Amino acid sequence: MFWFLLRRIALLVPTFLGVTIIAFGFIRLLPGDPVLLMAGERSISPERYQQIMATYGFDRPLWEQYLTFLGNLMHGDLGTSIVTRKPVLQEFLTLFPATVELTVCAILFAIIVGVPAGIIAAVKRRSVFDHAAMTGALIGYSMPIFWWGLLLIIFFSGILRWTPVSGRISLMYYFPHVTGFMLIDSLLSGQKGAFASAVNHLILPTIVLGTIPLAVIARQTRSAMLEVLSDDYVRTARAKGLPPWRVIGVHALRNALIPVITTIGLQTGVLIAGAILTETIFSWPGIGKWMIDSIFRRDYPAVQGGLLLIAIIVMIVNLIVDLMYGLINPKIRHGG
Amino acid sequence: MVRSLLVRLAVGASMLAMAGVAAQAKTLVYCSEGSPEGFDPALYTAGTTFDASGKPVYNRLVEFENGTTNIVPGLAESWEVSEDGTVYTFKLRKGVKFHTTDYFTPTREFNADDVVFTFRRQGDKEDPWHNYAGGQWEYFASMSMPELIKSIEKVDDHTVRFVLNRPEAPMIANLAMDFASILSAEYADKLKQEGKMELLNQQPIGTGPFKFVDYQKDAVIRYAANEDYFRGKQPIDTLIFAITPDASVRYEKLKAGECHIMPYPAPADVKSMQADPNLNVMEQEGLNIAYLGYNTQMKPFDDPRVRKALNMAINKQAIVDAVFEGAGAVAKNPIPPTMWGYNDAIQDDPYDPEAAKKLLEEAGVKDLSMKIWAMPVQRPYMPNARRTAEMIQADFDKIGVKAEIVSYEWAEYLKRSSEKDRDGAVILGWTGDNGDPDNFLAVLLGCDAVGSANRAQWCHEPFNDLIQKAKVESDPAERAKLYEQAQVIFKEQAPWATLAHSVVYMPMSKKVQGYKMDPLGNHRFDGVDISE
Repeated sequence: MFWFLLRRIALLVPTFLGVTIIAFGFIRLLPGDPVLLMAGERSISPERYQQIMATYGFDRPLWEQYLTFLGNLMHGDLGTSIVTRKPVLQEFLTLFPATVELTVCAILFAIIVGVPAGIIAAVKRRSVFDHAAMTGALIGYSMPIFWWGLLLIIFFSGILRWTPVSGRISLMYYFPHVTGFMLIDSLLSGQKGAFASAVNHLILPTIVLGTIPLAVIARQTRSAMLEVLSDDYVRTARAKGLPPWRVIGVHALRNALIPVITTIGLQTGVLIAGAILTETIFSWPGIGKWMIDSIFRRDYPAVQGGLLLIAIIVMIVNLIVDLMYGLINPKIRHGG
Repeated sequence: MVRSLLVRLAVGASMLAMAGVAAQAKTLVYCSEGSPEGFDPALYTAGTTFDASGKPVYNRLVEFENGTTNIVPGLAESWEVSEDGTVYTFKLRKGVKFHTTDYFTPTREFNADDVVFTFRRQGDKEDPWHNYAGGQWEYFASMSMPELIKSIEKVDDHTVRFVLNRPEAPMIANLAMDFASILSAEYADKLKQEGKMELLNQQPIGTGPFKFVDYQKDAVIRYAANEDYFRGKQPIDTLIFAITPDASVRYEKLKAGECHIMPYPAPADVKSMQADPNLNVMEQEGLNIAYLGYNTQMKPFDDPRVRKALNMAINKQAIVDAVFEGAGAVAKNPIPPTMWGYNDAIQDDPYDPEAAKKLLEEAGVKDLSMKIWAMPVQRPYMPNARRTAEMIQADFDKIGVKAEIVSYEWAEYLKRSSEKDRDGAVILGWTGDNGDPDNFLAVLLGCDAVGSANRAQWCHEPFNDLIQKAKVESDPAERAKLYEQAQVIFKEQAPWATLAHSVVYMPMSKKVQGYKMDPLGNHRFDGVDISE
């Protein structure tokens, strides 16, 4: 286990370096630059343009800029946003809890609904439920997030008035953000109704963001389950006369979960991509929306810093997923 | 950590107590379209930022009267301009208080030091504040202030003198713009001593109608009415900006009562908004222009007859109907009709493909093929450039001119379109900064702007002389005449096809009272009330 962990962590170093190059290069590959965008229709004199580019160091050769970026990174300095003029790390940390709250809720929703749906579909193979669930999953997987979000808003918020349209909490509640997680902060605030309001605001974005992972997880659970259910040991367990819930819930599920967990881990990246759209529709102040704004404004430091931090988080999540295999199935030996 | 948590909880408890008191308070919620970049308006150029900073929190020496582009006294009670137009002396208003908030308590009233501080940090490279927060004073630079201002002096506590290097008639209008918002020198000193200079851009202190309370990034901005406001306390107690980037979602929020007023509706939604009995949709012709700019330095567009012929081939009314969905008006002049100096006597070139063909023949142009540039983005003056380009392409086809539509990423488009050797005609536009015709005619069509904002690359001496004269003329009636003449020349020379002036809509709940649409496209909530 120890060596496995060490090797995985050692692997993170080249990955990290690769990510810094991609994060640095990506935004610079896009045409246009922040100074021209700021000037807009007005345009800017070439002298002034040069002067501003020089202030930010964007006039220096790319390799030099990259080395500076890397050097500052070693000191924990991700640079300063050229739009808000605040440190990128500070901006990220302000917005990150909102994204975590949303993505965690979305993945929980996807697991809680998706895994049982997949199991039932597998056990009741070719039943009406199976067909309905798998068709639903296919539709869910193909659903354009933006359209889906608006549809839910119009129906549940516009017509039925069950849920609020957007935001994280009703504007009548005003309290300091201690942790940045609205569910926790609303509880800490002690204000009556604040927590319920926060939960209410989370429902639609959670469903919208959780839909694609839900579809993927349900389908993955179903196929993994089907495979396991035809294995010898399951047949043996059944033959021994074990109750069906035990055969499925303990013997089969445990093995079927391995590919499902991989899927869940891989969905982190998908979730962050989905968060960009979900956050924009629901005016959710998270890093997804921030990244999009920064890309549109060619805020180089914010984009490269943000991408790097997101990549690090995805890497960490994947590492955790790898480690979890061992917990679920001791057959997978990390030393091997 | 624990301690900071406790402090925050204590603050929360006191906020809660305040919330209890303010339960009956009047709150106006504005679903704004984006996040402010910061709260020091001089650092930025975006309208969204000014809506959240310059307008609610600050005042300027002179200001735009709400709903108009008329200049009225602000923090300056009166001003005098010297005979030669180079010395401006402002008498400052007495008894004006800066905001008292939980992060700053002023010990003195507004005076000349604040004015000097405000401008010196933007113009003086030696000023300790010049390089704070990245130190780009973009608007100050783009309004040519560094070349224009020779010195700013405090004459006494309530008198400030601006000395210019040359006369500049639009100067007063420039000082009404957001970059000229007056900040507190005392607050700045305090921040500097504490080593927290960056807070000047995050926790603003001004003299304006609303005090800044809190900003949760990308989510909510809160303001409280300034009880000591020199024009009197606002009818509402709390102003909230609920940041909602998507237009359809803003509309849903408006319908659900989650906000009272919103900007920039999706054009397709306007009809249903107007039909909603709970909503009031205000509209106003924007202070803007959308145009097709030829490159007048390239053959055959260097011949005014060719440009004129192409202009006559464009069915502008059809574009207004199809692309603006009626939310616009055909433009005949480069400035909008709501602006002073607009020459209404000018006759627009008629839509007449036959005459256009003839004129092209006369100019000896045959089998012309050209490029039409279509912007990749929607702008307040142009809802869909691609569609517009397609319509123009079809119109040109009718007179035998083959047009190819090209487009680039936005920043690239802005850059390439301004290059002198650019090929073809560019669709672009402009929204006014300060309501002065100079801000359109000199900025977009002056000789100085060739190679940058003058996308027609048009330097025409007789026109340029007129606008230069108007720049230094201090009599407004004389200036208006000069601009009217300039528009005549513009029409004869036709460096652009003037396409349209767009109409701006502002949907709001019927509870909102006293809102005035700003011709400059900003959003102001001073004087706005809400009925329960």
